[in-house]
Amino acid sequence: MTTLSKPMAPPSPLREFWSYFSANRGALIGLYYIIFLILLIIFADVISPYHPYEQYRQSFLMPPVWEAGGSWAHILGTDDVGRDMLSRLIHGARYSMLAGAMVVTLSLIIGIVLGVLAGFYRGTFEVVIMRIADVMLAVPSLLLAIAVVAVLGPSLLNAAMAIVVVSMPHYIRLARASTISEMSKDYVISSRVAGASSFRLMFVAVLPNCMAPLIVQATLGFSNAILDMAALGFVGLGAQPPIPEWGSMLADARQFVQSAWWVVTFPGVMILTTVLAFNLMGDGLRDALDPKLKQ
Amino acid sequence: MSADKKILLSVKDLKVQFSIKPQGALPWTKPLALKAVDGVSFDLYEGETLGIVGESGCGKSTLARAIIRMIPSSAGQVLWMGNEDLLTMSKSELQEKRKDIQMIFQDPLASLNPRMTIGQIIAEPLKTHYPETSKEDVVDRVKAVMKKVGLLTNQINRYPHEFSGGQCQRIGIARALILEPKLIICDEPVSALDVSIQAQVINLLVDLQKEMGLSLVFIAHDLSVVRHISTRIMVLYLGNVAEVSVANDLYDNPRHPYTQALISAVPIPDPVKERAKKVILLEGDMPSPINPPSGCVFRTRCPLADDLCAIEKPTLKSNEGGHWVSCHHAK
Repeated sequence: MTTLSKPMAPPSPLREFWSYFSANRGALIGLYYIIFLILLIIFADVISPYHPYEQYRQSFLMPPVWEAGGSWAHILGTDDVGRDMLSRLIHGARYSMLAGAMVVTLSLIIGIVLGVLAGFYRGTFEVVIMRIADVMLAVPSLLLAIAVVAVLGPSLLNAAMAIVVVSMPHYIRLARASTISEMSKDYVISSRVAGASSFRLMFVAVLPNCMAPLIVQATLGFSNAILDMAALGFVGLGAQPPIPEWGSMLADARQFVQSAWWVVTFPGVMILTTVLAFNLMGDGLRDALDPKLKQ
Repeated sequence: MSADKKILLSVKDLKVQFSIKPQGALPWTKPLALKAVDGVSFDLYEGETLGIVGESGCGKSTLARAIIRMIPSSAGQVLWMGNEDLLTMSKSELQEKRKDIQMIFQDPLASLNPRMTIGQIIAEPLKTHYPETSKEDVVDRVKAVMKKVGLLTNQINRYPHEFSGGQCQRIGIARALILEPKLIICDEPVSALDVSIQAQVINLLVDLQKEMGLSLVFIAHDLSVVRHISTRIMVLYLGNVAEVSVANDLYDNPRHPYTQALISAVPIPDPVKERAKKVILLEGDMPSPINPPSGCVFRTRCPLADDLCAIEKPTLKSNEGGHWVSCHHAK
């Protein structure tokens, strides 16, 4: 950093953030992997060797190139109807990431707004919101998601909506709990004495101090969303064929676990690595965004 | 007394009650009333410092927060400049008045938002009351006020946790000063600091008061600190005013038995005098404000208590020197 020559000049906030974030190697690896996935999503049509829906009738369940019977034509092999695995995995990143991003953004926004309002105003409003959230948490989440999809009809978008509904109560509770604990602190009273409006108190003074647990929950929520999508796909209520969503690819191939391991393993590995990358990055984000952990 | 001075703030019979339920109470049991502040009245003149002392739990901080409407009061008036009642005015009127009334808190670090730089913290009152101020003006005024309280202006982009307790309190003072208010309520501003820093902060407050003509309400439990800074001192006991007087008068001739006991407990930095001093020890603890004693609230611990004290609650009475006391037996 060039700040050494001028010790009193503050580094720009972005550079400061980066210097803390990049000190965490795990978080960096997670970030690079996510950037790699985002590039895959953007350039999927250019990178993937074949169209994900195209079937090659001469090669059903062809193993990957390093196995006996594999060929360079299909590096990661083909599935049970002869579609190229690599192309389907690359295109599948689109659906999984999109679903994860949509679920996390929506449930985070709704959860934060409801949770902060409940923690700020207390009283009847809080009781109503929290009891509804409790009821939603009391129903097994997958069952609730299935019920929501059954009402809306099976599709990728509706499955995402269902997961939003299911994951929202966690954010509401978390946001409310941290809001309540922050509200009792002196700096909130001092903001109020300074004349801050309720809106400013809630979203400028209190909310940034509640973000650390919410960021961690959001990264976990990202992975949960991908996993829930897979589960909904598994019972036929998520992405509909032939959409190459990782979860439903995994589910479609479950009968070949014994005979053709690659059809099951590669989507699973993609889900695993993506979830891991988000968890690592979330951890690093939390450390870098919390001024109390800075030197 | 100070008849020539204008009254800035006039508190009349202010009462604050909290309703609490005892542990394990059934939902339909009647909540108990905790009288945190029970009929406190005082006037604050322009440019003076009113010290408020009393032991823990006597309602000092509650009183301060009730005055600025951070806690709802159950009865009484808080008159600003003699005519407007802060407790009944609308929110938008109160917002206007907030420019003139600021507060300094006990725990300096907890009163600063850990996610804001100190520049943002000090600028907050300015930005909420005058959102049209340009960025350059805001920075200029923040820097000016930082200089005034003895902070280095190049620390403007640091976060609160990077500062010591004394510096944090200076940041709190800078935030209170940026709008150039008429009144600052200091809620035990030095109790969390060590002695040498206490002196610095108090001297800073005294200097700023002279320079800007501020009025201060200074809450503390350290009597020597209060004597040093206050023009007049009010002694609180269990939410009631025990005694109000000019600072030196109160220390030299305490009239209320509670004040006498408090002052006898202050150590004197002279071993001969200290040994000769008679310390009045009060027996027992402060009674619970949920169930205060009948009549005079201090009678359970008072060496002068008799039957009258149990029946009739004493009112605040003044002698010719403007020395108010609420005690049946005060000379």
